[in-house]
Amino acid sequence: MDIYLPIANLSVNALVIIGLGGLVGLLSGMFGVGGGFLTTPLLIFYGIPPTVAAASSATQVMGASVSSVVGHVGRKTIDFQMGGVMVVGGVIGAGIGAVIFRVLERIGQIDTVIGILYVVMLGSIGMLMARESIHALIMARRGERLEARKRRHHPLVSALPLRWRFYASGLYISPFAPLLLGIFSGIITMLMGIGGGFVLVPAMIYILGMSTQLVIGTSLFQILFVTMVTTMVHATTTHAVDLVLAFLLLIGSVIGAQIGGRISMKARPEYLRVALAFIVLIVAIRMALGLGWRPDEIYTVTLQ
Amino acid sequence: MRRLAALLCALVLLVTGQAALAQKEAPQLVPDVSQRTVEIKFSFTGAELLLFGAILYPGGRVPEKPADIIVVLKGPSQAIKMREKQKVAGIWVNADSIDFRSAPSFYAVGSSRPIDKLVDERTAAIYELGLAKLQLSPSSLNDTTEIDRFSDGLKELQARKGLYLEEPGSVEITDGVLYRARLPLSARVVTGTYTAETFLVQNGRVLAAATREIEVRKTGFERLIGLFAREHDLVYGLAAVALALGMGLLAGVIAGRVGSAFG
Repeated sequence: MDIYLPIANLSVNALVIIGLGGLVGLLSGMFGVGGGFLTTPLLIFYGIPPTVAAASSATQVMGASVSSVVGHVGRKTIDFQMGGVMVVGGVIGAGIGAVIFRVLERIGQIDTVIGILYVVMLGSIGMLMARESIHALIMARRGERLEARKRRHHPLVSALPLRWRFYASGLYISPFAPLLLGIFSGIITMLMGIGGGFVLVPAMIYILGMSTQLVIGTSLFQILFVTMVTTMVHATTTHAVDLVLAFLLLIGSVIGAQIGGRISMKARPEYLRVALAFIVLIVAIRMALGLGWRPDEIYTVTLQ
Repeated sequence: MRRLAALLCALVLLVTGQAALAQKEAPQLVPDVSQRTVEIKFSFTGAELLLFGAILYPGGRVPEKPADIIVVLKGPSQAIKMREKQKVAGIWVNADSIDFRSAPSFYAVGSSRPIDKLVDERTAAIYELGLAKLQLSPSSLNDTTEIDRFSDGLKELQARKGLYLEEPGSVEITDGVLYRARLPLSARVVTGTYTAETFLVQNGRVLAAATREIEVRKTGFERLIGLFAREHDLVYGLAAVALALGMGLLAGVIAGRVGSAFG
């Protein structure tokens, strides 16, 4: 079933896009990540221009995370104060990201930078996750209980000026720490079309020292707003949000997310995390090879 | 004075003679296209244009060596920047670039016989017959070997996308008088005014040429989306946000109902 994408200006197989959205939704439902880190590269492999892929993928991540956020609100597992600071940072970051995007696009290096960012970010996070989750798995096999990590924020965080009390998280830290984290996630959301959940979650645990109960809900809350802002920024600056593409991706991902959610309730979390770590690593390796391999097309054309 | 008069006389004779010759012997072209507008709808996967018409030979007699037909379909010209990837420090990055001031967004040529058998180099260059003769107006910043490399690269790239194509032998001529040519229009074409040119060629000379215009445009929903994305970008962005939030919430509610019904 072929369908014409009015902004990407090409015709795609609607079922492939819905399937792709479904796969990403399945993963996001299973692991609680936005799944944007898979959507953007897969869309680019399929032949969608990178800018349109990143912009429309941000729109999809927003739709995929909204119902989880509602669930977390109900369960009171969001630190709104912390999330609010991070959203402010995310909005600033999206603005900075838009400027970087435009500059890189003008000098023709946006594709390479997106590629390198993917390799570095996914590679390092994937390794971290793999190491940690395999360790946890071995411990579980031996029947030992993992020692609860002492909750402590990173020493660097203490060096920042000003301190706020974050009551829900039980933290007394500088608001600049979550603000900077938010700015960083805003920039990568704008550039890579990812929600940034897989960066935010470990950063909030290891750098801010938040408890795991609040981390998922708070990061989803931040992702929801940042992807919303990113969609608006893309719509008004790069004009690259393809509504038809986003709609097709959303159909797949909202269905996939529900199925994924059911699976995650039955599967054991240690195994899920090992699986996620390997998926992230595979995408990183594929992107790395893509940078080194001779591309299919040496030439690219942009309108002036 | 006398020499001038003689010259004028000769000129008049020449002109009237040629005109008479043309009226008597030059065939004429009556061209048409299957559609004057191509509409891009949600199900658009490309189109096929039929360029057809008749060759009117003087006296209705088809000569022993009938004329040939060349058809050219050209899309709106664009100013483009073309970048070339090179391997730098192990990865492929955009290194070199060139500006083309007027590259056609679409170019298809069809002919009844290979073009190099029909016209010489000079004539082909004048009428831009064939991919090799396409005028791209490169910027003067690059040297000629670079310009050639980029031009060839562009033609190959666009050919792979189905935007530049050369189809010798695609024009059929029935009984020497009726011709028709089918040219495929890729789904990646841009909107705008396209020109369909038909050339009647005999003995290496272009005897007649005719142009028809074809409008390629988005219609209905696709046009609306394109228009909103460009002209009302704020509304468009809000619509995207509303769509995503609405679908996400709806799915959550439905799944909740279904889940509670079964669980």
